[in-house]
Amino acid sequence: MSRIAARFAALRREGRAGLIPFVEACDPDRATTEALLAGLPGAGADLIEIGMPFTDPMADGPTVQRAGQRGLKGGATLGVTLDIVRGFRRNDDATPIVLMGYYNPILSYGVEPFCDDASAAGVDGLIVVDLPPEEAEELAVPAGRTRLDLIRLVAPTTHAERLKAVLQGASGFVYYVSITGITGTRTATEEHLREAIPRVRAATDLPVAVGFGVRTPEHAAAVARHADAAVVASALIDTMAANLDEAGRLKPGTIDTVLDQVRALAAGVRGARVGRAA
Amino acid sequence: MNKPLPNSLRTGPDERGHFGIFGGRYVAETLMPLILEVERAYQDARRDPAFDAEFHRLLTHYVGRPSPLWFAERLTAHLGGAQVWFKRDELNHTGAHKINNCIGQILLARRMGKTRIIAETGAGQHGVATATVCALFGLPCTIYMGATDVARQSPNVFRMKLLGAEVKPVTSGSATLKDAMNEALRDWVANVADTYYLIGTVAGPHPYPAMVRDFQSVIGTEARAQLDAAVGRLPDVCVAAIGGGSNAIGLFHPFLDDASVRLVGVEAAGHGLDSGQHAASLSRGRPGVLHGNRTYLLQDEHGQILEAHSISAGLDYPGVGPEHSWLHELGRVEYVAVTDAEALEAFRLCTRTEGIIPALEPAHALAQVTKMAPAMDKDAIILMNLCGRGDKDIFTVAEALGVKL
Ligand SMILES: Cc1ncc(COP(=O)(O)O)c(C=O)c1O
Repeated sequence: MSRIAARFAALRREGRAGLIPFVEACDPDRATTEALLAGLPGAGADLIEIGMPFTDPMADGPTVQRAGQRGLKGGATLGVTLDIVRGFRRNDDATPIVLMGYYNPILSYGVEPFCDDASAAGVDGLIVVDLPPEEAEELAVPAGRTRLDLIRLVAPTTHAERLKAVLQGASGFVYYVSITGITGTRTATEEHLREAIPRVRAATDLPVAVGFGVRTPEHAAAVARHADAAVVASALIDTMAANLDEAGRLKPGTIDTVLDQVRALAAGVRGARVGRAA
Repeated sequence: MNKPLPNSLRTGPDERGHFGIFGGRYVAETLMPLILEVERAYQDARRDPAFDAEFHRLLTHYVGRPSPLWFAERLTAHLGGAQVWFKRDELNHTGAHKINNCIGQILLARRMGKTRIIAETGAGQHGVATATVCALFGLPCTIYMGATDVARQSPNVFRMKLLGAEVKPVTSGSATLKDAMNEALRDWVANVADTYYLIGTVAGPHPYPAMVRDFQSVIGTEARAQLDAAVGRLPDVCVAAIGGGSNAIGLFHPFLDDASVRLVGVEAAGHGLDSGQHAASLSRGRPGVLHGNRTYLLQDEHGQILEAHSISAGLDYPGVGPEHSWLHELGRVEYVAVTDAEALEAFRLCTRTEGIIPALEPAHALAQVTKMAPAMDKDAIILMNLCGRGDKDIFTVAEALGVKL
């Protein structure tokens, strides 16, 4: 069983949803990312998403855009990102790692070698924002060969007919983008989730994670009442961004602040206690 | 030419928007359903004679088409070789070819029931053209423009505002055209229900590259008929500047299957192709994915997009329309590059010999013409797309010439 499947199976046994914090690689430097990753599972992260910075992130709001720019300045490349994952895996063989980013850096690395190297480094899944199912085959084939889940995105605009096509051959989990908008802007209402998540569930047996606009323990709890996992990105990045010194370095103690924030989010998710029971 | 060519080069793209391996639809899932809807609406409009009739009515009576075909006799004599003919799209309403496409797309937006228009702009020509058709159709519009371009194209910013558009300076990334396009896409993702994104060149996800080409092909279709009426034959060479590539494909497309016609696209070499400061994505880039399509891009070894440079804001884009990438690899179109300095020289030459102040974009095409014409026979014909007038550029040119206005 893949790490992703094993983790969601365990969550189901516990009768709860999971928390997926997002960390932009090398924001603002590699050491910070490594320290954060090392601390996340202990703070309550069930899976981890690592952002692969790109100069032109068209689905991201200012918060993630700036994190990407800091990441690039901090030396993030796909090679470095995979190296970071390799380091993480030395101490943690259970927490699933999903890389999230845009297609061009992967194309530039080479789709086949990237899948080989990512899989060997201990990556479990890929989310490629600008690669809809219509164009995905080029990546889906090598991802399948190397046992990487290519996570499919579903949006509020994905109507019923299309949903079936989008989820055809999906693996790992399904990522529900809960707002029509970019990251770090709006937050979906619980009402929207109550209506939308069953629609997604009707089309797949895979776990459903919800992201975009989940910022507080309360939001995370609301997501956890309807879906299988909550993804939190901008809220954590904002904390980092608010704690940079003049030279753009993270102020001492910030990693602990972020991990405390993750603990609070995890408590929100765990307190909701209405994951799908096994 | 490198490879045997298919029977016709004018039938692309395929139904998923691919020109060979280029093009396609690389957008976030949130946008996908909308993009498919734009495509359906466009296919439907294409089959509707009333749509075509309305498009041509507006081109004739509002834009002022057909634009003239002008034999540049003094320039020809000066160069001492091939005859140079200008397709004068700088005489269109708003001063460039951009309006042709805007007329087509505003009709589509209205047909789709959209009530708000957004667009990106570099030089401001597409922004002005979009603001113009929005004023004409009574629709609100928001124009995204890189903060750097807002500063260097201030007359156009003022024109857009006069026309009632909201101009949003974009400070993210490198604050130029590519970032304006990112920002417009972000706006669209957030406003899918009522908003239509009026893309200004043959880039973006399918169906935009094909649709914008179709609307701009009026340039080549007219020029072909006009030249035939004037001299009874095809041109030997067609030359056009390449930013995203819309004026070039508009001129070239009707000639793609005429093997005797050489087609030359002129990219901006900025400070020189080896300076690292240029906008020559075909000459110096490699294939990648940006702004919804696969095409040649300026990028570093990690696939991060590089900033382009050109004295011409309209050519200052690190990508190029996917159909051009395909034609480049097929070898059907030759892509060359011209520096800022060469374009400025051509700008002055055109002004003095023909009494036409060209935009800096077609000045690049003209610089290429000045390189080719002298070595060609006197009865050979070069057809050049004079796709914009230079009023918007006088401040840039003055600065480059060290003149204080
Ligand atoms: C006069 C003129 N020519 C050319 C261009 C470049 O665009 P394209 O290559 O799509 O024709 C622009 C863009 O703003 C322009 O204003």
